[in-house]
Amino acid sequence: MRAEQISVFLENKAGRLAEVTAILAEANVNIRALALADTSDFGVLRLIVNDNATAVAALKNQGFTVGKTDVVAVEVEDKPGGLHRILDILHQAGINVEYMYAFVTQSGNNAIMIFRFESIDEAVKLLEANNVKVINGSEVYTL
Amino acid sequence: MILDIGFETMPREDLEAIILRRLKATLERIYANVPFYRKQFEENNITPDDIQSLEDLKRIPFTTKEDLRDNYPFGMFSVPMNNVVRIHASSGTTGQPTVVGYTARDVSTWADLMARSLAAGGATREDIIHNAYGYGLFTGGLGIHYGAEKLGASVIPVSGGNTKRQIVIMKDFGPTILTATPSYALHLSEIADDMGVSFENLKFKYGIFGAEPWSENMREDIEQKLQLTAVDIYGLSEVIGPGVAIECYEAKKGLHIFEDHFIPEIIDPPTGDVLPYGETGELVFTTITKEAFPVIRYRTRDITSLNPEPCKCGRTHVRMNRVSGRTDDMLIIRGVNVFPSQIESVLMEMDDVEPHYQLVVDREDKLDTLTVKVEVGERIFSDEVKHLQDLERKIAKNIKDYLGVSAKVLLAEPKSIARSEGKAVRVIDNRKI
Ligand SMILES: [Zn+2]
Repeated sequence: MRAEQISVFLENKAGRLAEVTAILAEANVNIRALALADTSDFGVLRLIVNDNATAVAALKNQGFTVGKTDVVAVEVEDKPGGLHRILDILHQAGINVEYMYAFVTQSGNNAIMIFRFESIDEAVKLLEANNVKVINGSEVYTL
Repeated sequence: MILDIGFETMPREDLEAIILRRLKATLERIYANVPFYRKQFEENNITPDDIQSLEDLKRIPFTTKEDLRDNYPFGMFSVPMNNVVRIHASSGTTGQPTVVGYTARDVSTWADLMARSLAAGGATREDIIHNAYGYGLFTGGLGIHYGAEKLGASVIPVSGGNTKRQIVIMKDFGPTILTATPSYALHLSEIADDMGVSFENLKFKYGIFGAEPWSENMREDIEQKLQLTAVDIYGLSEVIGPGVAIECYEAKKGLHIFEDHFIPEIIDPPTGDVLPYGETGELVFTTITKEAFPVIRYRTRDITSLNPEPCKCGRTHVRMNRVSGRTDDMLIIRGVNVFPSQIESVLMEMDDVEPHYQLVVDREDKLDTLTVKVEVGERIFSDEVKHLQDLERKIAKNIKDYLGVSAKVLLAEPKSIARSEGKAVRVIDNRKI
Protein backbone atom coordinates (compact mmCIF):
# COMPACT_ATOMS: atom_id res chain seq x y z
CA MET A 1 0.00 0.00 0.00
CA ARG A 2 3.03 2.19 0.22
CA ALA A 3 4.33 4.34 -2.60
CA GLU A 4 7.92 5.53 -2.74
CA GLN A 5 8.53 9.25 -2.93
CA ILE A 6 11.89 10.81 -3.72
CA SER A 7 12.98 14.08 -2.15
CA VAL A 8 15.69 16.47 -3.21
CA PHE A 9 17.55 19.11 -1.18
CA LEU A 10 17.60 22.51 -2.91
CA GLU A 11 19.22 25.77 -1.98
CA ASN A 12 16.91 28.72 -2.47
CA LYS A 13 18.45 29.88 -5.70
CA ALA A 14 16.62 31.05 -8.80
CA GLY A 15 16.24 28.34 -11.40
CA ARG A 16 17.20 25.42 -9.18
CA LEU A 17 13.78 23.76 -9.45
CA ALA A 18 13.86 24.10 -13.23
CA GLU A 19 17.26 22.36 -13.23
CA VAL A 20 15.74 19.36 -11.47
CA THR A 21 12.83 19.12 -13.89
CA ALA A 22 15.26 19.49 -16.81
CA ILE A 23 17.45 16.66 -15.50
CA LEU A 24 14.40 14.42 -15.12
CA ALA A 25 13.09 15.30 -18.57
CA GLU A 26 16.52 14.53 -20.01
CA ALA A 27 16.45 11.14 -18.26
CA ASN A 28 13.00 10.48 -19.71
CA VAL A 29 11.39 10.42 -16.27
CA ASN A 30 7.75 11.43 -15.95
CA ILE A 31 6.77 13.49 -12.89
CA ARG A 32 3.42 12.26 -11.47
CA ALA A 33 3.21 14.60 -8.49
CA LEU A 34 5.41 17.31 -7.05
CA ALA A 35 5.47 19.60 -4.04
CA LEU A 36 8.07 22.05 -2.81
CA ALA A 37 8.36 22.90 0.87
CA ASP A 38 10.72 25.76 1.49
CA THR A 39 12.13 28.11 4.08
CA SER A 40 13.94 31.37 3.41
CA ASP A 41 17.21 29.45 2.89
CA PHE A 42 16.45 26.06 1.45
CA GLY A 43 13.72 23.85 0.09
CA VAL A 44 12.82 20.19 -0.03
CA LEU A 45 11.32 19.03 -3.29
CA ARG A 46 9.12 15.94 -3.07
CA LEU A 47 8.34 13.95 -6.16
CA ILE A 48 6.40 10.93 -7.29
CA VAL A 49 7.78 9.77 -10.61
CA ASN A 50 7.25 6.85 -12.93
CA ASP A 51 10.81 5.51 -12.58
CA ASN A 52 12.49 6.04 -9.20
CA ALA A 53 15.77 4.28 -9.95
CA THR A 54 16.45 6.33 -13.08
CA ALA A 55 15.38 9.57 -11.40
CA VAL A 56 17.60 9.01 -8.34
CA ALA A 57 20.61 8.06 -10.44
CA ALA A 58 20.20 11.07 -12.73
CA LEU A 59 19.87 13.52 -9.83
CA LYS A 60 22.76 12.06 -7.81
CA ASN A 61 24.90 12.12 -10.89
CA GLN A 62 24.34 15.88 -11.03
CA GLY A 63 25.41 16.23 -7.41
CA PHE A 64 22.02 16.53 -5.71
CA THR A 65 21.31 15.03 -2.30
CA VAL A 66 18.40 12.66 -2.79
CA GLY A 67 16.31 10.80 -0.21
CA LYS A 68 13.56 8.18 -0.42
CA THR A 69 10.48 8.01 1.78
CA ASP A 70 7.41 5.84 1.88
CA VAL A 71 4.14 7.72 1.45
CA VAL A 72 0.51 6.77 0.92
CA ALA A 73 -1.65 7.68 -2.10
CA VAL A 74 -5.30 8.06 -1.18
CA GLU A 75 -8.39 8.56 -3.35
CA VAL A 76 -10.36 11.59 -2.29
CA GLU A 77 -13.96 12.01 -3.39
CA ASP A 78 -14.17 15.01 -5.68
CA LYS A 79 -16.96 16.75 -3.81
CA PRO A 80 -17.27 19.25 -0.92
CA GLY A 81 -16.06 17.72 2.32
CA GLY A 82 -14.21 14.88 0.57
CA LEU A 83 -10.80 15.73 2.04
CA HIS A 84 -12.29 16.82 5.32
CA ARG A 85 -13.77 13.40 5.90
CA ILE A 86 -10.38 11.74 5.57
CA LEU A 87 -8.58 14.25 7.77
CA ASP A 88 -11.30 13.88 10.35
CA ILE A 89 -10.86 10.10 10.49
CA LEU A 90 -7.13 10.52 11.00
CA HIS A 91 -7.59 13.28 13.57
CA GLN A 92 -10.07 11.24 15.60
CA ALA A 93 -7.55 8.37 15.72
CA GLY A 94 -4.75 10.73 16.73
CA ILE A 95 -2.67 10.08 13.60
CA ASN A 96 -0.47 12.94 12.52
CA VAL A 97 -0.14 14.02 8.89
CA GLU A 98 3.40 15.25 8.38
CA TYR A 99 2.45 16.78 5.04
CA MET A 100 0.33 16.12 1.97
CA TYR A 101 -0.03 17.25 -1.60
CA ALA A 102 -2.17 16.61 -4.66
CA PHE A 103 -1.56 14.24 -7.52
CA VAL A 104 -1.56 15.59 -11.05
CA THR A 105 -3.97 13.08 -12.57
CA GLN A 106 -7.29 11.89 -11.27
CA SER A 107 -8.52 8.38 -10.67
CA GLY A 108 -11.84 8.25 -12.43
CA ASN A 109 -13.85 11.04 -10.90
CA ASN A 110 -11.78 11.17 -7.74
CA ALA A 111 -8.74 13.25 -6.83
CA ILE A 112 -5.60 11.62 -5.44
CA MET A 113 -3.67 12.97 -2.48
CA ILE A 114 -0.23 11.92 -1.29
CA PHE A 115 0.06 11.63 2.52
CA ARG A 116 3.21 11.40 4.59
CA PHE A 117 2.59 9.74 7.97
CA GLU A 118 4.98 8.98 10.80
CA SER A 119 3.10 5.75 11.52
CA ILE A 120 2.28 4.59 8.05
CA ASP A 121 0.90 1.07 8.70
CA GLU A 122 -1.49 2.28 11.33
CA ALA A 123 -2.75 5.03 9.04
CA VAL A 124 -3.32 2.66 6.10
CA LYS A 125 -5.20 0.19 8.30
CA LEU A 126 -7.40 2.95 9.67
CA LEU A 127 -8.22 4.43 6.27
CA GLU A 128 -9.11 1.07 4.78
CA ALA A 129 -11.27 0.23 7.77
CA ASN A 130 -13.19 3.42 6.99
CA ASN A 131 -13.62 2.52 3.33
CA VAL A 132 -11.16 5.10 2.08
CA LYS A 133 -9.42 3.81 -1.03
CA VAL A 134 -5.66 3.53 -0.66
CA ILE A 135 -3.98 3.09 -4.03
CA ASN A 136 -1.39 0.35 -4.54
CA GLY A 137 2.18 1.60 -4.78
CA SER A 138 2.79 -0.04 -8.14
CA GLU A 139 -0.33 1.59 -9.56
CA VAL A 140 0.67 5.05 -8.39
CA TYR A 141 3.71 5.27 -10.66
CA THR A 142 1.70 4.47 -13.76
CA LEU A 143 -1.57 6.30 -13.16
CA MET B 1 59.61 1.73 12.57
CA ILE B 2 62.33 3.94 14.05
CA LEU B 3 64.80 4.67 11.27
CA ASP B 4 67.52 6.46 13.25
CA ILE B 5 67.52 4.68 16.62
CA GLY B 6 70.63 6.57 17.78
CA PHE B 7 69.18 10.04 17.48
CA GLU B 8 65.45 9.38 17.77
CA THR B 9 65.68 7.52 21.09
CA MET B 10 68.70 9.32 22.57
CA PRO B 11 68.49 9.98 26.32
CA ARG B 12 67.42 13.61 26.94
CA GLU B 13 70.69 14.58 28.62
CA ASP B 14 72.83 13.49 25.68
CA LEU B 15 70.34 15.00 23.24
CA GLU B 16 70.41 18.36 24.99
CA ALA B 17 74.21 18.45 24.91
CA ILE B 18 74.13 17.94 21.15
CA ILE B 19 71.39 20.56 20.73
CA LEU B 20 73.42 23.16 22.62
CA ARG B 21 76.57 22.41 20.64
CA ARG B 22 74.70 22.67 17.34
CA LEU B 23 72.91 25.85 18.42
CA LYS B 24 76.17 27.58 19.26
CA ALA B 25 77.70 26.62 15.92
CA THR B 26 74.61 27.95 14.11
CA LEU B 27 74.72 31.25 16.00
CA GLU B 28 78.41 31.73 15.13
CA ARG B 29 77.62 31.23 11.46
CA ILE B 30 74.57 33.48 11.19
CA TYR B 31 76.31 36.22 13.21
CA ALA B 32 79.18 36.16 10.74
CA ASN B 33 77.15 35.72 7.54
CA VAL B 34 73.66 37.26 7.80
CA PRO B 35 73.51 41.04 8.27
CA PHE B 36 69.93 40.83 9.56
CA TYR B 37 70.90 38.58 12.48
CA ARG B 38 74.08 40.51 13.29
CA LYS B 39 71.96 43.65 13.54
CA GLN B 40 69.43 41.86 15.78
CA PHE B 41 72.24 40.78 18.12
CA GLU B 42 73.90 44.17 18.15
CA GLU B 43 70.67 45.99 18.90
CA ASN B 44 70.23 43.75 21.94
CA ASN B 45 73.85 44.01 22.99
CA ILE B 46 74.52 40.31 22.74
CA THR B 47 76.98 38.14 20.84
CA PRO B 48 76.87 34.40 20.21
CA ASP B 49 79.21 33.99 23.21
CA ASP B 50 76.40 35.14 25.52
CA ILE B 51 74.39 32.04 24.69
CA GLN B 52 75.85 29.40 26.97
CA SER B 53 72.78 27.31 27.75
CA LEU B 54 69.46 26.47 26.11
CA GLU B 55 67.86 28.80 28.66
CA ASP B 56 69.83 31.69 27.14
CA LEU B 57 68.04 31.23 23.82
CA LYS B 58 65.24 33.50 24.97
CA ARG B 59 67.66 36.44 25.04
CA ILE B 60 67.70 36.43 21.24
CA PRO B 61 64.91 38.40 19.52
CA PHE B 62 62.30 36.65 17.36
CA THR B 63 62.38 36.42 13.58
CA THR B 64 59.05 37.02 11.84
CA LYS B 65 57.61 36.40 8.41
CA GLU B 66 57.87 40.15 7.79
CA ASP B 67 61.62 39.96 8.45
CA LEU B 68 61.90 37.27 5.78
CA ARG B 69 59.89 39.38 3.35
CA ASP B 70 62.00 42.46 4.05
CA ASN B 71 65.04 40.43 3.00
CA TYR B 72 63.42 39.09 -0.16
CA PRO B 73 64.66 37.18 -2.04
CA PHE B 74 68.06 35.96 -0.77
CA GLY B 75 68.95 38.35 2.05
CA MET B 76 68.60 35.73 4.80
CA PHE B 77 70.88 33.17 3.13
CA SER B 78 73.91 32.26 5.20
CA VAL B 79 76.07 30.83 2.38
CA PRO B 80 77.19 32.20 -1.00
CA MET B 81 74.75 31.47 -3.84
CA ASN B 82 77.18 29.05 -5.47
CA ASN B 83 76.69 26.74 -2.50
CA VAL B 84 72.91 26.82 -2.86
CA VAL B 85 71.60 23.86 -4.86
CA ARG B 86 67.83 24.29 -4.42
CA ILE B 87 65.38 27.16 -3.99
CA HIS B 88 61.77 26.86 -2.82
CA ALA B 89 59.20 29.57 -2.14
CA SER B 90 55.98 29.72 -0.20
CA SER B 91 52.89 30.91 -2.00
CA GLY B 92 52.58 34.64 -1.57
CA THR B 93 48.85 34.77 -0.89
CA THR B 94 49.40 37.92 1.11
CA GLY B 95 52.20 40.03 -0.32
CA GLN B 96 55.72 38.86 -1.04
CA PRO B 97 56.44 35.11 -1.14
CA THR B 98 59.05 33.72 1.26
CA VAL B 99 62.12 32.32 -0.47
CA VAL B 100 64.26 29.58 1.10
CA GLY B 101 67.49 27.94 -0.05
CA TYR B 102 69.26 24.61 0.54
CA THR B 103 72.87 23.50 0.26
CA ALA B 104 73.57 19.95 -0.91
CA ARG B 105 73.93 18.98 2.73
CA ASP B 106 70.60 20.64 3.61
CA VAL B 107 68.87 18.64 0.86
CA SER B 108 70.42 15.48 2.28
CA THR B 109 69.44 16.39 5.88
CA TRP B 110 65.89 17.07 4.71
CA ALA B 111 65.70 13.72 2.92
CA ASP B 112 66.97 11.98 6.09
CA LEU B 113 64.30 13.67 8.20
CA MET B 114 61.56 12.89 5.68
CA ALA B 115 62.71 9.26 5.55
CA ARG B 116 62.50 9.17 9.36
CA SER B 117 59.02 10.72 9.13
CA LEU B 118 57.73 8.24 6.56
CA ALA B 119 59.07 5.37 8.68
CA ALA B 120 57.40 6.79 11.80
CA GLY B 121 54.16 6.99 9.81
CA GLY B 122 54.30 3.31 8.85
CA ALA B 123 56.31 3.25 5.59
CA THR B 124 59.11 0.79 4.84
CA ARG B 125 61.31 0.17 1.82
CA GLU B 126 58.78 -2.43 0.67
CA ASP B 127 56.06 0.21 0.21
CA ILE B 128 54.75 2.08 -2.81
CA ILE B 129 54.07 5.71 -1.92
CA HIS B 130 51.37 7.65 -3.78
CA ASN B 131 52.58 11.22 -3.30
CA ALA B 132 49.73 13.62 -4.03
CA TYR B 133 51.41 16.69 -2.55
CA GLY B 134 52.04 19.35 -5.17
CA TYR B 135 55.48 19.36 -6.79
CA GLY B 136 57.08 22.70 -7.50
CA LEU B 137 58.02 25.73 -5.46
CA PHE B 138 55.90 24.31 -2.62
CA THR B 139 58.08 22.05 -0.44
CA GLY B 140 55.44 19.32 0.04
CA GLY B 141 55.90 17.25 -3.11
CA LEU B 142 59.67 17.23 -3.41
CA GLY B 143 60.16 16.94 0.36
CA ILE B 144 58.19 13.70 0.54
CA HIS B 145 59.73 12.51 -2.71
CA TYR B 146 63.37 12.73 -1.58
CA GLY B 147 62.49 11.15 1.77
CA ALA B 148 60.73 8.25 0.07
CA GLU B 149 63.73 7.60 -2.15
CA LYS B 150 66.10 7.84 0.83
CA LEU B 151 63.95 5.31 2.65
CA GLY B 152 64.17 3.05 -0.38
CA ALA B 153 60.43 2.92 -1.00
CA SER B 154 58.94 3.25 -4.50
CA VAL B 155 57.46 6.70 -4.98
CA ILE B 156 54.78 7.69 -7.51
CA PRO B 157 55.26 11.44 -8.08
CA VAL B 158 51.63 11.97 -9.00
CA SER B 159 51.47 15.50 -7.51
CA GLY B 160 48.14 17.33 -7.02
CA GLY B 161 45.22 17.50 -9.43
CA ASN B 162 43.75 15.30 -12.15
CA THR B 163 41.96 13.33 -9.47
CA LYS B 164 40.28 10.80 -11.74
CA ARG B 165 43.62 9.74 -13.16
CA GLN B 166 44.93 9.42 -9.59
CA ILE B 167 42.15 6.96 -8.78
CA VAL B 168 43.05 4.89 -11.84
CA ILE B 169 46.71 4.87 -10.76
CA MET B 170 45.68 3.77 -7.26
CA LYS B 171 43.73 0.89 -8.75
CA ASP B 172 46.42 -0.16 -11.21
CA PHE B 173 49.69 0.45 -9.29
CA GLY B 174 48.42 -0.61 -5.87
CA PRO B 175 50.18 2.01 -3.71
CA THR B 176 50.28 1.17 0.03
CA ILE B 177 51.02 4.63 1.46
CA LEU B 178 49.16 7.85 0.65
CA THR B 179 50.71 11.26 1.21
CA ALA B 180 48.42 14.27 0.65
CA THR B 181 46.70 17.16 2.37
CA PRO B 182 43.83 15.84 4.51
CA SER B 183 41.22 17.74 2.48
CA TYR B 184 42.62 16.28 -0.73
CA ALA B 185 42.43 12.81 0.83
CA LEU B 186 38.71 13.34 1.42
CA HIS B 187 38.35 14.73 -2.10
CA LEU B 188 39.98 11.54 -3.44
CA SER B 189 37.46 9.43 -1.53
CA GLU B 190 34.56 11.45 -2.98
CA ILE B 191 35.79 11.09 -6.54
CA ALA B 192 36.53 7.37 -5.98
CA ASP B 193 32.95 7.03 -4.79
CA ASP B 194 31.66 8.79 -7.90
CA MET B 195 33.75 6.44 -10.04
CA GLY B 196 32.46 3.39 -8.18
CA VAL B 197 35.92 2.58 -6.75
CA SER B 198 35.97 1.35 -3.15
CA PHE B 199 39.02 1.96 -0.95
CA GLU B 200 38.38 -1.49 0.49
CA ASN B 201 39.66 -2.89 -2.79
CA LEU B 202 42.76 -0.68 -2.80
CA LYS B 203 45.97 -1.58 -0.95
CA PHE B 204 46.51 1.44 1.31
CA LYS B 205 47.77 0.75 4.85
CA TYR B 206 48.97 4.16 6.04
CA GLY B 207 48.33 7.77 5.10
CA ILE B 208 50.55 10.70 6.05
CA PHE B 209 48.62 13.94 5.95
CA GLY B 210 49.61 17.55 6.60
CA ALA B 211 50.18 21.06 5.22
CA GLU B 212 46.87 22.27 6.67
CA PRO B 213 45.21 22.08 10.07
CA TRP B 214 42.88 19.13 10.63
CA SER B 215 41.14 17.53 13.56
CA GLU B 216 40.89 14.25 15.41
CA ASN B 217 37.38 13.82 14.01
CA MET B 218 38.62 14.35 10.49
CA ARG B 219 41.19 11.61 11.16
CA GLU B 220 38.41 9.16 12.04
CA ASP B 221 36.53 10.18 8.94
CA ILE B 222 39.58 9.70 6.69
CA GLU B 223 40.55 6.40 8.31
CA GLN B 224 37.06 5.05 7.81
CA LYS B 225 36.58 6.32 4.26
CA LEU B 226 40.07 5.50 2.99
CA GLN B 227 40.55 2.30 5.02
CA LEU B 228 44.00 3.21 6.34
CA THR B 229 45.82 4.43 9.46
CA ALA B 230 46.20 8.22 9.23
CA VAL B 231 49.03 10.18 10.86
CA ASP B 232 49.76 13.89 10.99
CA ILE B 233 52.94 15.41 9.57
CA TYR B 234 54.15 18.94 10.16
CA GLY B 235 56.59 21.23 8.49
CA LEU B 236 57.01 24.60 6.90
CA SER B 237 59.37 25.77 4.21
CA GLU B 238 60.95 28.43 6.43
CA VAL B 239 62.16 25.70 8.80
CA ILE B 240 62.92 23.03 6.15
CA GLY B 241 59.61 21.80 4.66
CA PRO B 242 57.70 18.66 5.64
CA GLY B 243 59.65 16.52 8.09
CA VAL B 244 59.96 18.92 11.02
CA ALA B 245 57.63 16.77 13.12
CA ILE B 246 55.73 13.52 12.64
CA GLU B 247 53.21 11.46 14.52
CA CYS B 248 54.18 7.87 15.23
CA TYR B 249 51.56 5.34 14.15
CA GLU B 250 52.02 3.49 17.46
CA ALA B 251 50.58 6.33 19.56
CA LYS B 252 48.91 8.69 17.03
CA LYS B 253 48.96 11.25 19.78
CA GLY B 254 51.03 14.29 18.93
CA LEU B 255 53.95 14.82 16.55
CA HIS B 256 57.56 14.13 17.56
CA ILE B 257 59.69 17.16 16.71
CA PHE B 258 63.13 16.19 15.45
CA GLU B 259 64.91 18.03 18.21
CA ASP B 260 68.38 17.07 17.04
CA HIS B 261 67.68 19.56 14.19
CA PHE B 262 65.05 22.00 15.44
CA ILE B 263 64.49 23.66 18.82
CA PRO B 264 60.79 24.30 19.51
CA GLU B 265 59.41 26.91 21.90
CA ILE B 266 55.84 27.94 22.69
CA ILE B 267 55.26 31.64 23.29
CA ASP B 268 52.37 33.83 24.26
CA PRO B 269 51.64 35.66 20.96
CA PRO B 270 51.00 39.18 22.32
CA THR B 271 53.82 39.32 24.92
CA GLY B 272 56.40 36.94 23.43
CA ASP B 273 56.88 35.25 26.82
CA VAL B 274 58.04 31.63 26.65
CA LEU B 275 55.31 29.34 28.00
CA PRO B 276 55.93 26.10 29.91
CA TYR B 277 55.25 22.64 28.46
CA GLY B 278 51.54 21.94 28.11
CA GLU B 279 50.42 25.52 27.58
CA THR B 280 48.95 26.60 24.27
CA GLY B 281 50.53 29.39 22.27
CA GLU B 282 52.48 30.17 19.12
CA LEU B 283 55.09 27.67 17.98
CA VAL B 284 58.60 29.09 17.47
CA PHE B 285 61.52 27.26 15.82
CA THR B 286 65.28 27.61 15.76
CA THR B 287 67.11 25.44 13.23
CA ILE B 288 70.47 24.07 14.41
CA THR B 289 71.82 22.10 11.45
CA LYS B 290 70.72 24.04 8.40
CA GLU B 291 73.40 25.74 6.31
CA ALA B 292 71.81 27.88 3.58
CA PHE B 293 68.76 29.19 5.40
CA PRO B 294 68.94 28.90 9.18
CA VAL B 295 66.18 30.58 11.15
CA ILE B 296 66.51 31.79 14.71
CA ARG B 297 63.42 31.88 16.92
CA TYR B 298 61.14 31.98 13.89
CA ARG B 299 57.50 32.65 14.72
CA THR B 300 55.46 30.09 12.77
CA ARG B 301 52.04 31.63 13.58
CA ASP B 302 50.85 28.08 14.29
CA ILE B 303 48.96 27.55 17.53
CA THR B 304 49.78 24.41 19.52
CA SER B 305 51.33 23.09 22.75
CA LEU B 306 54.27 20.80 23.59
CA ASN B 307 54.07 17.47 25.39
CA PRO B 308 57.28 16.11 27.00
CA GLU B 309 55.70 12.83 28.25
CA PRO B 310 57.58 9.68 27.19
CA CYS B 311 55.93 8.02 24.17
CA LYS B 312 55.18 4.34 23.77
CA CYS B 313 57.05 4.25 20.47
CA GLY B 314 60.33 4.83 22.34
CA ARG B 315 61.24 8.16 20.77
CA THR B 316 62.58 10.68 23.28
CA HIS B 317 61.81 13.76 21.18
CA VAL B 318 59.15 16.08 22.53
CA ARG B 319 55.72 15.97 20.88
CA MET B 320 53.73 18.93 19.61
CA ASN B 321 49.98 18.58 19.70
CA ARG B 322 47.92 19.03 16.58
CA VAL B 323 48.07 22.58 15.25
CA SER B 324 44.71 23.97 16.35
CA GLY B 325 44.83 27.15 14.29
CA ARG B 326 46.97 29.97 12.96
CA THR B 327 47.51 33.25 14.70
CA ASP B 328 46.51 34.86 11.39
CA ASP B 329 43.57 32.48 10.67
CA MET B 330 42.12 33.52 13.94
CA LEU B 331 38.90 35.41 13.36
CA ILE B 332 37.84 37.85 16.01
CA ILE B 333 34.05 37.93 15.91
CA ARG B 334 32.36 40.30 18.34
CA GLY B 335 35.44 40.03 20.55
CA VAL B 336 35.57 36.22 20.53
CA ASN B 337 38.59 34.37 19.09
CA VAL B 338 37.35 31.81 16.56
CA PHE B 339 39.51 29.26 14.72
CA PRO B 340 37.95 27.47 11.73
CA SER B 341 39.27 24.19 13.18
CA GLN B 342 37.05 24.66 16.23
CA ILE B 343 33.95 24.87 14.03
CA GLU B 344 35.13 21.75 12.28
CA SER B 345 35.37 19.91 15.60
CA VAL B 346 31.83 20.94 16.49
CA LEU B 347 30.49 19.62 13.19
CA MET B 348 32.42 16.38 13.34
CA GLU B 349 31.20 15.63 16.83
CA MET B 350 27.66 15.59 15.49
CA ASP B 351 26.59 12.28 14.03
CA ASP B 352 26.46 12.12 10.27
CA VAL B 353 27.40 15.75 9.65
CA GLU B 354 30.18 15.89 7.07
CA PRO B 355 33.16 18.20 7.55
CA HIS B 356 32.34 20.31 4.51
CA TYR B 357 31.81 23.77 5.85
CA GLN B 358 32.62 27.40 5.22
CA LEU B 359 32.62 30.39 7.52
CA VAL B 360 31.35 33.67 6.12
CA VAL B 361 31.92 36.77 8.20
CA ASP B 362 30.05 39.97 7.45
CA ARG B 363 29.63 43.29 9.15
CA GLU B 364 26.08 44.59 9.30
CA ASP B 365 25.37 47.87 11.07
CA LYS B 366 28.82 47.75 12.68
CA LEU B 367 28.05 44.30 14.08
CA ASP B 368 29.98 41.21 13.01
CA THR B 369 27.89 38.26 11.90
CA LEU B 370 29.10 34.72 11.40
CA THR B 371 27.37 32.41 8.94
CA VAL B 372 28.37 28.76 8.88
CA LYS B 373 27.51 26.98 5.64
CA VAL B 374 27.22 23.22 6.00
CA GLU B 375 26.70 20.83 3.12
CA VAL B 376 23.73 18.48 3.34
CA GLY B 377 24.84 14.92 2.66
CA GLU B 378 22.52 11.95 2.40
CA ARG B 379 22.97 10.94 6.01
CA ILE B 380 21.51 14.15 7.40
CA PHE B 381 18.98 14.86 4.67
CA SER B 382 15.30 14.48 5.52
CA ASP B 383 12.15 14.92 3.45
CA GLU B 384 10.76 16.92 6.35
CA VAL B 385 11.67 20.60 6.55
CA LYS B 386 11.30 20.68 10.33
CA HIS B 387 14.03 18.05 10.77
CA LEU B 388 16.42 20.11 8.69
CA GLN B 389 15.52 23.23 10.64
CA ASP B 390 16.11 21.32 13.88
CA LEU B 391 19.52 20.38 12.57
CA GLU B 392 20.34 24.03 11.80
CA ARG B 393 19.33 25.01 15.31
CA LYS B 394 21.33 22.18 16.86
CA ILE B 395 24.49 23.12 14.97
CA ALA B 396 24.05 26.77 15.94
CA LYS B 397 23.54 25.79 19.57
CA ASN B 398 26.63 23.58 19.64
CA ILE B 399 28.72 26.37 18.12
CA LYS B 400 27.39 28.79 20.72
CA ASP B 401 28.05 26.32 23.56
CA TYR B 402 31.53 25.42 22.40
CA LEU B 403 32.83 28.74 21.08
CA GLY B 404 30.64 31.29 22.79
CA VAL B 405 29.72 32.96 19.51
CA SER B 406 26.34 33.11 17.80
CA ALA B 407 26.25 31.83 14.25
CA LYS B 408 23.62 31.56 11.57
CA VAL B 409 23.70 28.08 10.07
CA LEU B 410 22.94 27.76 6.39
CA LEU B 411 22.41 24.35 4.83
CA ALA B 412 23.97 24.05 1.40
CA GLU B 413 23.87 21.60 -1.49
CA PRO B 414 26.67 19.03 -1.77
CA LYS B 415 29.89 20.31 -3.32
CA SER B 416 28.55 23.86 -3.36
CA ILE B 417 31.33 25.01 -1.03
CA ALA B 418 34.40 25.91 -3.01
CA ARG B 419 37.20 23.41 -2.71
CA SER B 420 40.26 23.78 -4.80
CA GLU B 421 41.95 20.47 -5.53
CA GLY B 422 44.39 20.99 -2.68
CA LYS B 423 42.77 23.03 0.04
CA ALA B 424 39.21 23.88 0.94
CA VAL B 425 38.18 27.52 1.13
CA ARG B 426 37.16 27.66 4.79
CA VAL B 427 36.78 31.34 5.45
CA ILE B 428 35.30 34.25 3.55
CA ASP B 429 35.72 37.46 5.47
CA ASN B 430 33.62 40.21 3.88
CA ARG B 431 34.33 42.75 6.59
CA LYS B 432 35.92 45.94 5.36
CA ILE B 433 38.05 46.89 8.29
ZN1 LIG C 1 55.74 8.19 19.56
